Amino acid sequence: MNPILEVRGVSKRFGGLLAVSDVSFSLAEGEILGLIGPNGAGKTTLFNIVNGVYGADQGTITFAGKDITGISPDKVVHLGLARTHQIVKPLNDLTLLDNVTVGACFGREYLDLKAARAAALEVLQQVGLGDRASMMARSLTIAGKKRLEVARALAAKPKLLLLDEVLAGLNPTEIAQMIELIRKIRDGGISVFMIEHLMQAIMSLSDRIVVLNLGRKLAEGRPDEVVHNADVVEAYLGFPDIVDKLTRTD
Amino acid sequence: MILKRPFFWIILVIAALFIYAPLHGNNVSLREDLILVAIAVILTSNLNLMIGYTGYVNFGHIVFYGLGGYIGLYLATVRGWNLLVAAVVAGLAVSLCALLFGLAILRLRGAYFALATIGILQAVQAFVSNFDLWGRSTGMYLSFDAYQPLGGAMRALWITYYLIVAVMALSMILSLAIKNSKFGLGLFAIREDEDAAIVLGVNTTVYKAIVYSVSAFLPAVAGTFMFYKNGMIDPSIAFEFMMSLEGIVMLMLGGQGAVMGAALGGGLYEKLRSYLLTSPTLSNFHLVIAGGLLLLVVLFAPGGLIGWFYRVLPRARKVIE
Repeated sequence: MNPILEVRGVSKRFGGLLAVSDVSFSLAEGEILGLIGPNGAGKTTLFNIVNGVYGADQGTITFAGKDITGISPDKVVHLGLARTHQIVKPLNDLTLLDNVTVGACFGREYLDLKAARAAALEVLQQVGLGDRASMMARSLTIAGKKRLEVARALAAKPKLLLLDEVLAGLNPTEIAQMIELIRKIRDGGISVFMIEHLMQAIMSLSDRIVVLNLGRKLAEGRPDEVVHNADVVEAYLGFPDIVDKLTRTD
Repeated sequence: MILKRPFFWIILVIAALFIYAPLHGNNVSLREDLILVAIAVILTSNLNLMIGYTGYVNFGHIVFYGLGGYIGLYLATVRGWNLLVAAVVAGLAVSLCALLFGLAILRLRGAYFALATIGILQAVQAFVSNFDLWGRSTGMYLSFDAYQPLGGAMRALWITYYLIVAVMALSMILSLAIKNSKFGLGLFAIREDEDAAIVLGVNTTVYKAIVYSVSAFLPAVAGTFMFYKNGMIDPSIAFEFMMSLEGIVMLMLGGQGAVMGAALGGGLYEKLRSYLLTSPTLSNFHLVIAGGLLLLVVLFAPGGLIGWFYRVLPRARKVIE
């Protein structure tokens, strides 16, 4: 399959800190690619580079055959690359419907207000927030806000969705629902690139996984390959017997 | 469609009342009261586009009114243009200035932006105070002949009053139209979280510059009419910083973000201010009272009068926007 996203030799430096260093990988259409790594490995920075929040110091990013290196985030959305935030950013004093309408209005299809409202309502149903459309975003629980992040990104009708730790802080039931939702999103034809710390979830969801450590790509491959990679085990998972535990519960 | 919104018709009724009330019995003092109220409503409504809709506090909003007054007055009297044309051209010129200022200072956020707006006010005032064409610090005065095109001074006072009421109605309609548009939704997103808005696809640089420019237009038009009516303009009156500050008090008082909130705050505060200024015992205290009111609003009713009203009667939100 064609790669929808291709990252080649990307580096980003903040003063003396090399946050991302010469990272390359690609993401095939329809794939769920996981991104894991210890805290401070540069995962969110890599997301920020891919969607244009930060410019890359080196390297190129190609999305759907188009070079998007250095393009601002609002234009990246128009091309069909949407994302969620690790630290949720709800538009607090707007209703859920308005929050998601913003996504639909200014997303890939750049809908007018009326069409965007209809599309937003549909997406809210899809993520299970349909009955709360007229609530203010500030009154949602953290799980609700994470769903809202996903809904807003989905409303942009993306070809590729970047999910930044959408499972963190959720309880087991909510996690199960969110995993179900991510599967549905992929089945709907949207490629997914996701950061996640929750190993069991990312092992079961991802087709492939990229591992970052200290800004460098440590490994890449199928989930079962990655967890058995000696470097990954040492850098991230800590001690070897955790692998057995993980594979058993899987 | 804006015609389908009940509040649009409410605005027209308010404007009709403004026109009918002083006309009934030729009440000139009521007209003079209402003209100040209308100016306050114009300034707060347009300020609301920046503060209430976009979340950018503009401390120098009065600069649009003053600069519009200068340009319009110059065109209408020195150049002999038709008053209406002069006012519209003044509005467009000030909007263009605002667009250029905006592109420069709208990169700043929060307190830094607010400070920059004060800087712009001071800079324009300093420029005008030294501008020969506009009479430097003594300003410009109109001779009685200047009112001849409108059929004499008496008629000119009535005509400028109607024009200002029309600008007031247009200000509220503009606010209403933006509130119910895609553009407005983009502004609200910027107000709530600018970084999120960018990632959601809002071109915030362009949106902010446009709204800053749009918020300059009607105050500048009103400035032309008002200073024409007053027959004089000078830099200290045109660019009075205190009036800019009071505009913010009015907006907070009425309730930012709501069309009616801005209008209500502007109208009520202006009435209160004229009462205090003319009352012999309280005339020196009007700013003290303004400060006190602002404190009370910020502490106890952050949504202003309209916010309180919405809490009491949530369904009113759909009608009184």
